[in-house]
Amino acid sequence: MPEIAVPTMARSRRANIFARMFRALKLPTNDPFAVAGLLIYLVFIITAIFADSIATHDPNEILYTPAYDLAADLRPGQEGFVMGTTSLGRDVFSQLVYGSRSALLIGITAAFMVALIGSVIGLVAGYFGRWVDTVLMRLADIAFGIPFLPFVIVLAAFLKPSIWNVVIAMALVLWRDTARVIRSQVLTLRSRGYVEAARVAGSSHFKIILRHIAPNILPLSFLYGSIAIGWAILTEASISFLGFGDPDSISWGYMLQDAFASQALAKQAYYWFVPPGVCIILVVSAGFFITRGYENLLFPKLGR
Amino acid sequence: MSNFKAVGSRLLQLALVLWAVVTILFLMFRLMPGNPMAAYIDPTFTVEQQQQLMAQFGLDKPLWQQYLIYLGNLLQGELGQSFRYREPVGDRIWLLLPNTLILTFSSLIVAYVFGILAGAYLAWRRGSWVEQTAIPLVLTTRAMPEFWLGMVLLAIFSFSLGWFPAGGTRNPGAEYSGFLDLYTSRDFLAHLALPAATLAIYSQGLPLLLMRSNMLDVMKEDFVTMARIKGLSNWTVVVRHAARNALLPVMTSFAIAVGYQLQGNVVVESVFSWPGLGRELVNAVASSDYPLAQGAFLMIALVVIFMNLLADMLYAFLDPRISHA
Repeated sequence: MPEIAVPTMARSRRANIFARMFRALKLPTNDPFAVAGLLIYLVFIITAIFADSIATHDPNEILYTPAYDLAADLRPGQEGFVMGTTSLGRDVFSQLVYGSRSALLIGITAAFMVALIGSVIGLVAGYFGRWVDTVLMRLADIAFGIPFLPFVIVLAAFLKPSIWNVVIAMALVLWRDTARVIRSQVLTLRSRGYVEAARVAGSSHFKIILRHIAPNILPLSFLYGSIAIGWAILTEASISFLGFGDPDSISWGYMLQDAFASQALAKQAYYWFVPPGVCIILVVSAGFFITRGYENLLFPKLGR
Repeated sequence: MSNFKAVGSRLLQLALVLWAVVTILFLMFRLMPGNPMAAYIDPTFTVEQQQQLMAQFGLDKPLWQQYLIYLGNLLQGELGQSFRYREPVGDRIWLLLPNTLILTFSSLIVAYVFGILAGAYLAWRRGSWVEQTAIPLVLTTRAMPEFWLGMVLLAIFSFSLGWFPAGGTRNPGAEYSGFLDLYTSRDFLAHLALPAATLAIYSQGLPLLLMRSNMLDVMKEDFVTMARIKGLSNWTVVVRHAARNALLPVMTSFAIAVGYQLQGNVVVESVFSWPGLGRELVNAVASSDYPLAQGAFLMIALVVIFMNLLADMLYAFLDPRISHA
C-alpha cells in the first residue's frame, strides 16, 4: 500500500524545489559533531569564495623584504608575514587560503561524480536485476581489484598534470562502494508496497525509479558523497606530494611537497608544513562527522 | 554441493577480475602518448639499432599480438626488463617486496593489537567522557594524510630530537651477513620505527571502530544477557563471551587492511625513502621505466585482489549465516 500521505505530496509539489531537495537530504542537524562538521565546511567554503580578499599576497609571487632581500624562510610574524614565507619567498598564509579553493573544487566535483555514478549504477543494477545486475556488479568487482592510489599515479603521469586527474580516477574507480550499497538498498525498496502499487498502476520504469526509489536513497548517496570529499582531498594531496600534481595550481598537497623538497623538516619550519596538514584534517574529518550524524539518522540501531 | 558451486563461481569471478586488471594495465601502458622506448633508446643509436631494440621488446608488432605475448609472458611470470636498472623486473620486485611486507605487517600488527584492545575498552566504557573524546580523536587520525603524519614525526623525532634516523633501511656503510642478520639488527629496527609508527597510527582506527561497534552489538545478544544472569563477573562476560565473538569480523578486516595498507605505503615509503614496492612504483613512473612500473603495479594489484578474496572466504567460513552468493 502507498505509504506517503496524499496531502503532503500535494503541498510539497508546490513548495520550492530546493527546499524539497534540502529536506530530502535529511541533514543531521541534531548531532553536535555533524553540526560542527557542517560549520567547518561553511568556514572553508567562505574562505574559498573570498580568497582574493582574505589572502594578504599573491600566493605565487616571490616576495621581497623592504630592504630588497628575498623574503625566504621568514618565521611567522617576521616582516609582517602572518605565517612566515617559503624557501622561495612566497607567503604561506596566502597559499593556505588559496589552497582551500582547489581542495573544495576537487572534493566537491569528485564527490558529486562518485555519488552520481555510484547511485545510477546501483539504482539500475538493483532495479532491473538479472543480467544487468550481473554485468554491473562484475564491473564493480573489477573496480575493487584496482589499487586506487597506484592507479591515480599512473593516470596522472600519462595525462597532462591537472587537478582533474584525481576526479577522473575517482569517477573511474571509487563508484564501486556507493554502487554496492545503493544496489542492496534498492533491492529492499523494490519489493515495498508502494513500488508494487506504482508498477500495477502502470507507471514506467523511469518514473518508478525517479519518483519512488531515488528519493529514498538520496541520503545514502549524500553519505557516500561526503566520504568521497575526504578521499578526493587526501588523494589530491598524496598525488601532489609525490610530484604528479598540477604545478600551476596552489593546493595543500603542493604546499607539503614544496616544504618537503625544500628541507622544511630539517629547518624545523613547522609553520610551513603543519598548517596545510591541519586544514586537510579539518575538512576531511568534517566529512566524517557529517557521515556519522547520517549513520545515526539512517541506521539508529548502530548509534551510541 | 551448493558450496562447491559457490566456491567455483567465486574462483571464476577471481579469474575475471585478474584478467580485467591485467588488460587494463596493458592498455594503460600501451595507449599512453609517446614512445615507450624513448627513455631507453639513446639518441646516438642508429635507426637499425632502434628497430632492433623495438623488435627485441616486441613493440614492432600489432597491438593484439603484443597483447597475446604480454599475456603469455605473464602466465610464465615473465615481467620484462627494467629500462633503468637493465635487469629483469621480477628480480627487482623480489628484492623490494620483503621491505614492503615487513613495513606493512609490523605496522598492521601493532595497529590491530592496539585497535582491538582500545575498541573493546571503549565499548565497555560506552557513554563515558573517555569514549566521547576518544571517538572524534580516532576519526581525526583517519582524516590525516599519512605522508603528512610521517613528515611531522620525522621533523620531531628525527630532525629535532635525533632519536631516529631520517630514512632508508640501514646506516650507510653498514654490512650484514644475511637476511635475518639485517632484519633483526638494531640499525634496521631503528629505521623501521618511524614509518611503521606512521602507518600504525593511521591504521588503528579501522580495527578500533570495528571492534567497538561489534562489541556493542554482541553485548545486546541473548547469550551475553544469559552470562550476566548466571552471575558471571563483568570481566568474564566482557572478555570471555563478548570480545571473543566480536573479534571474528575484525580479524577478517585484517586481510582488507593489508590491501589498503599496500596502497598507503606508496606515499609513506616515499617520505622515509624506504626501499619498497610503493616508492619503486613512484620512481619508475617518474622516470618512465614502464616495465618496472607495470610490474610493481601488478604486484600490488595481485595482493589487493587475493586479500579481498581471503577476506570474503574467511568471512563466509567464520560466519556460516553468510551465504557465498
